[in-house]
Amino acid sequence: MREHPPARRSRRTPLIVGALGSAALVLAACGDAEQNALDPAGPFSQAPQDLIIPVAWIALAVFIFVQGLIIFSVIRFRTRKDDDGSLPKQIHGNTRAEIVWTVIPAVILAAIAVPTVQGIFEVTGEPDDALTIEVIGHRWWFEYYYPDYDIYTANEFAIPVGRPVRLEMTAADLQRSPDLGVIHSFWVPRLAGKQDLVPGQTTFLNVQADEPGRYLGQCAEYCGLSHANMRIRVEAYEDAEFEEWVDAQSTPAAVPADGTLEAQGRALFEELGDGRLACASCHQVWEEGSRSPGQGPDLTHLMSREEFAGAIHDMTEENLRQWLADPNSMKPMQYEVNGIGMPNLDLSEDELDALVAYMLSLE
Amino acid sequence: MSSTTTERTGYAGRPRQRDGFVGWITTTDHKKIGIMYFVTVLVFFALGGIESGFIRWQLGQAEQSVLTEEVYNQFFTMHGITMVFLVVMPLSAAFFNYLIPLMIGARDVAFPRLNAFSYWGYLFGGLFLYSSFALGGAPNGSWVGYAPLSTDAVSNMAFYAVGINILGVSSLAAAINFIVTILNMRAPGMTFMRMPVFVWMALVTNFLLLFALPIIAVALFMLNFDAVFDTQFFEPATGGDPILYQHLFWLFGHPEVYIMILPAMGIISEILPVNSRKPLFGYAAVVFAGAAIGFIGFGVWAHHMFTSAIGPVARSAFALSTMFIAVPTGIKIFNWVFTMWGGKLRFNTPMLFSIGFVSMFTIGGLSGVTHAVVPHNAQQHDTYYVVAHFHYVLFGGALFGLIAGIYFWFPKVTGKLMDEKLGKLHFWTWLLGFNLTFGPMHMSGLLGQPRRTAVLPGELGSTVELYNLISSLGYLVLFGSALVFLYNLIRSLKRGEASGDDPWDARTLEWITPSPTPYENFHTIPTVTHRDEFWHRKYAEDDAGRVVPVPAGASEDHDPAAEHDEHIHMPDPSYWPLVQTLGFLPFGYGLVFGNFWLIGLGLLWLVVGMYGWIIEPLAEGDDDEPDEHTSTSGATAAASAH
Repeated sequence: MREHPPARRSRRTPLIVGALGSAALVLAACGDAEQNALDPAGPFSQAPQDLIIPVAWIALAVFIFVQGLIIFSVIRFRTRKDDDGSLPKQIHGNTRAEIVWTVIPAVILAAIAVPTVQGIFEVTGEPDDALTIEVIGHRWWFEYYYPDYDIYTANEFAIPVGRPVRLEMTAADLQRSPDLGVIHSFWVPRLAGKQDLVPGQTTFLNVQADEPGRYLGQCAEYCGLSHANMRIRVEAYEDAEFEEWVDAQSTPAAVPADGTLEAQGRALFEELGDGRLACASCHQVWEEGSRSPGQGPDLTHLMSREEFAGAIHDMTEENLRQWLADPNSMKPMQYEVNGIGMPNLDLSEDELDALVAYMLSLE
Repeated sequence: MSSTTTERTGYAGRPRQRDGFVGWITTTDHKKIGIMYFVTVLVFFALGGIESGFIRWQLGQAEQSVLTEEVYNQFFTMHGITMVFLVVMPLSAAFFNYLIPLMIGARDVAFPRLNAFSYWGYLFGGLFLYSSFALGGAPNGSWVGYAPLSTDAVSNMAFYAVGINILGVSSLAAAINFIVTILNMRAPGMTFMRMPVFVWMALVTNFLLLFALPIIAVALFMLNFDAVFDTQFFEPATGGDPILYQHLFWLFGHPEVYIMILPAMGIISEILPVNSRKPLFGYAAVVFAGAAIGFIGFGVWAHHMFTSAIGPVARSAFALSTMFIAVPTGIKIFNWVFTMWGGKLRFNTPMLFSIGFVSMFTIGGLSGVTHAVVPHNAQQHDTYYVVAHFHYVLFGGALFGLIAGIYFWFPKVTGKLMDEKLGKLHFWTWLLGFNLTFGPMHMSGLLGQPRRTAVLPGELGSTVELYNLISSLGYLVLFGSALVFLYNLIRSLKRGEASGDDPWDARTLEWITPSPTPYENFHTIPTVTHRDEFWHRKYAEDDAGRVVPVPAGASEDHDPAAEHDEHIHMPDPSYWPLVQTLGFLPFGYGLVFGNFWLIGLGLLWLVVGMYGWIIEPLAEGDDDEPDEHTSTSGATAAASAH
């Protein structure tokens, strides 16, 4: 079991959208529903919410009216025990009635259509003073790049509280990845509705968190084998804390001292030998010069993230070791079939010790 | 069904047997073909149902791993493909086959051999799709098959592209067949506005098929060629466009939704009046609403793509058109309710399923309107909320309607009634199981559970686990209910109560003839003078709508002597539809594995089959000369033979 991050938002949100099932389930959920679309945490998730609730009430009213008519008809017009067997009056229709039930639904729909169109433009426009983050969907992890700060990170990323963030999104970077990419969808329900990432195109999504905390999401467009294991973590920080995070992420990785286990790990990271692919052929640990990420996640500040492997496993020594020893056992991938994901590098116990030590040093 | 062997002798090469195994595989009788569709659908329904059982098992608890991701993805893909293309569509085709000729007063469809071709194409297309399990794995790219994921060899989606195309050819042939049948083979006096609503909905559905299937055929060929022959239609690296596939798919895919629901709407438009003992309220409105849905249905496709790469103007336009289509749907619902209004309702099993349809479909329709509210859609798209929605439409809607039809016309086909006690048990458990399974999904979706995920994440589990557990328990109820239905079918077939010719005091032409339907459908082709012709031969009504029974034989428009001694011309059986469609298999495997020898063999086979079909001799005693007698009955029978 993965551990639950502590719930930082405790406001109870009454859910009034009844499941329109036979019993019209109306249930209340608590604020620990971190992926809850009905618990908006910013203006771009509030906009959908402002439509969902009134539309749900209208739908509920229509539901009750139509089902009421059906139930009334069934009871009132059932054949009674003392029925004489004669046929009822043969009614073929009524033009006035047809007009009524054509016009009234049309008016109701028109009333819904106006705020719908307003809402479409409200959430899609480019906000002023937005922070831009580039999002790249890979099979099966999200990569984030901050052009303002030259920061790369994976699975988890940070945003400042109260400031709109403009996500510029695409699937796969054709310049550096043989994986031409498939369609993904970025969805953090408490921050915004979802938007697909399409290879070869750029799509945009506005997100904003009005309170600090951790927001969860995941890929919402089926993207193959490990679609279920492609999750999103957003950390919303107050300004000062966000600056701290930016500073830490823009610092190059420290080089471990010679002769340490970490240094051995660093050497193996660069060169594995025996014809095996080195870690560095896909992953970058940025130490100097300009950043040039590889095909896999940037590992410069690996330990600053709480989870890895598409944010499905906690960043523990034990998990990292298992991951390096047999990645497919922790997350199904297709390296052997079409080169997507992490290969099994046949690491010895000593190599595992050294590499894990090195990973743990990447703070 | 007739068990006599025809006395006619034919030339060598033309089968003569009408019964037994050869009789079935060479049949061109629309009734037998309808029955074969039905039985095949039951098998595929079981397969698709078992696949969904594994899905519900896997998601019954968070972090549960009954199936690996690899197998899970195959199962949910095959579940969707099976239920759409191998269950709901062909089950509608079963009803079209059996009922259209009977309801319009014809002896068969316009092209009986083409009809057999459609059935065999369906069967082999289905077997072809399922053979993928044994040939390297089933398709795992979801039923929409989005590119470029589906052009990747590991997705096995070539099987999907080719399999659906085989099914598409079969459906396209059937669509043309039914359209021509309805337009040309109506009994004398059966004007358009006297046609049963089911026939109307069949006509609209088949026009939708005619226009929608070529679009998906193009998309699937492009997908097939991208996947197997390295074309680059959808490959962004070389300038292809993945969004093009989405447009093509949904330009087919949305009319497809109406292709699946309109036949069921037609069915309940027949059942509700019979069991309310009143004519359908607003016949013209129901018919025109159905046609309007058909037209508007081609203008709403991009509402499946609101979160894809389309701009705000396109989003707005498709939001409006989608809301617009709710209006004719609403018209239908109110007309059904007011058909019951003021009637004397009989709650037999077909009626219960029909009322269930109206009620459950309304729920699906309302959640459908919420999809048109684009910002709303951005939250629920690709979540379990959508899964809930389309199951309310296709299961609570289409399937409820089709099951109502099975109970209603079972006596027509077999001469026996289905057991009412078991039928009611089936209905109530079906209704309960259905709502338990799919109702909670509205909530789990809005609480953040995406669809098509092989794992219910632990951190999400705390909020949606209960809903998923209820869904999985609901599945068990549905499974038990399906067994009750199956038992009822078999039991009633063996020793059901004799139904008589007209067990429901029905309204339309198919009940004029004996039940089970005789080989030639009608001893004499009826002349139609009213909508609900059969009812008007039994009853008359005065201007105020009060009913006056008609004494037997007194109906002024039904003079048996006038229609006596008609030449009955029935289509001959043929081997060729079966032989030709077998050619789809080498052709299809060739396209999947990129093997040009197999493609060549398949093409040759199909061409030889076509020539065999063309030069096939007539059975002795038949001729192509129009019979003088048939002209008096509208020349319907003569046209049906070849």
